[in-house]
Amino acid sequence: MALYSEKLMDHFRNPRNIGVIEDADGIGEVGNAKCGDIMKIYLKIENDIITDVKFETFGCGSAIASSSMATELIKGKPVGEALSLTNKAVVEALDGLPAHKLHCSVLAEEAIKAALKDYYDKNGIEYDHSLFPNCESCGRCCEIS
Amino acid sequence: MTERVIYLDNAATTKMSKSAINAMLPYMDSIYGNPSSLHSVGQKANEALVNARERIAKLLGCEAREITFTSGGSEADNQAIVSAARFGKSKGKKHIISTAFEHHAVLHTLSKLEKEGFEITLLDVHENGLVTPEEVREAIRENTCLVTIMYANNEIGTIQPIKEIGDICREKGVIFHTDAVQVAGHLHIDVKEQNIDMLSLSAHKFHGPKGIGALYARKGIRLTSLIEGGAQERGKRAGTENIPAIMGMAAALEESCSRIDENAEILTALRDKLIAGLSEIPHSILNGDAKKRLPGNVNFCFEGIEGESLLLLLDDKGICVSSGSACTSGSLDPSHVLLAIGRVHDIAHGSLRLSLSDENTEEEIEYTISAVKEVVEYLRSISPIWRDLVNGKKEFIIK
Repeated sequence: MALYSEKLMDHFRNPRNIGVIEDADGIGEVGNAKCGDIMKIYLKIENDIITDVKFETFGCGSAIASSSMATELIKGKPVGEALSLTNKAVVEALDGLPAHKLHCSVLAEEAIKAALKDYYDKNGIEYDHSLFPNCESCGRCCEIS
Repeated sequence: MTERVIYLDNAATTKMSKSAINAMLPYMDSIYGNPSSLHSVGQKANEALVNARERIAKLLGCEAREITFTSGGSEADNQAIVSAARFGKSKGKKHIISTAFEHHAVLHTLSKLEKEGFEITLLDVHENGLVTPEEVREAIRENTCLVTIMYANNEIGTIQPIKEIGDICREKGVIFHTDAVQVAGHLHIDVKEQNIDMLSLSAHKFHGPKGIGALYARKGIRLTSLIEGGAQERGKRAGTENIPAIMGMAAALEESCSRIDENAEILTALRDKLIAGLSEIPHSILNGDAKKRLPGNVNFCFEGIEGESLLLLLDDKGICVSSGSACTSGSLDPSHVLLAIGRVHDIAHGSLRLSLSDENTEEEIEYTISAVKEVVEYLRSISPIWRDLVNGKKEFIIK
């Protein structure tokens, strides 16, 4: 069996929503170069709906595909729905990820949350802070000094 | 997607040569005996075994009895180190010298010994990936029982001053082992002339079969067996000998050794062309000394991108390479070799190793250069780090 599913390879080879939004309403960046992956998500939000989303990713095949899939899953959705996107949903949509690549889907979830938090902060919208854990990285890198 | 395959991963493994395959076939068919059997069918296999051992010994400049067949390079490395350590321990010597960028077959064996009370000194390999003989000399102590330094590095291809190190160890009376897995069949080896006490090799790195290797151990060095059982290999490695593989290894080594100079010339030209082409990519750097490296080894870091995605997109273009990124190493950290030569995590993730064989052509190298340029440029265009670097928000590490 190949390392990655066909669906994942499709999103890796032909990533959806790649690029930047110059006048984004929310921007989220997670991960760090030391760990080998960084995801940056740009959101355009109108009337509580994510009207546009773009991403840039530095990372492996599954990191790029996870970002691509995550943007597809939230595009056109209400903010509240995007906020409840889980890494599990990204994994399922990609027809699975190898165990040692699961953190890529976590990173995608965190990147979207970070962009939404930025949107809330910028617009002075009240939100439940417990929804946004303080760790800004994927959680696997914190020990690396 | 393309049907074309350009194989540039010969440091991982090589395609078997026709002569190696042909040398194996009779031993899977008509000459199938167990060399330990006393009847004629077994004795025919034993004759082959004796013959292969003699041919391999001749190519290394040693005696047949100094060759032990193993399952490959890792086993040979393990056995060499464990044997020297056990011998050292019996004399109260529990200090071993090695380098930080050895193969894991060496490093993991050393960490195991460290837990058993051995003291390990890992020499600096500097930014050029080379150890100096003086540093080896300075590191040797009264209680040093082994110096184990790889002949050429498997990732960045740098070739160590093996004879100089061998001379120092001999002078100091310390056992010297070298992992020559990347070297056998590619560079000339003469264990007597180079004062090498133990040497590991693996057949599949020189167009022989997988699962077979050898350990040369100078007469007088007592090997510890890792596998207990029958009295094969003079009691140093139990288990019925893999005669087909051994015959394939002997044929492959003979063939490779007969063409070392000719191949080195072809590969060096291809290698330098590839290095020159990839150096044109901005913010890229060659890993390891430019000249003191294996004729077929090229290893680069490209800033702002990650190696696995580079590897996968090159694979789509029919180019097979490898990378030292964490994602391809299966661990959290990128290649320990790149870290050992001082590359920081951020750029070590963006590494690419291309290892050539004499089957590669100039046209393939040209195609590869343009493919790598294209893919690096694309991956940088979607990389947030690259954007920050270009916009001056971050400083380039590779100038």
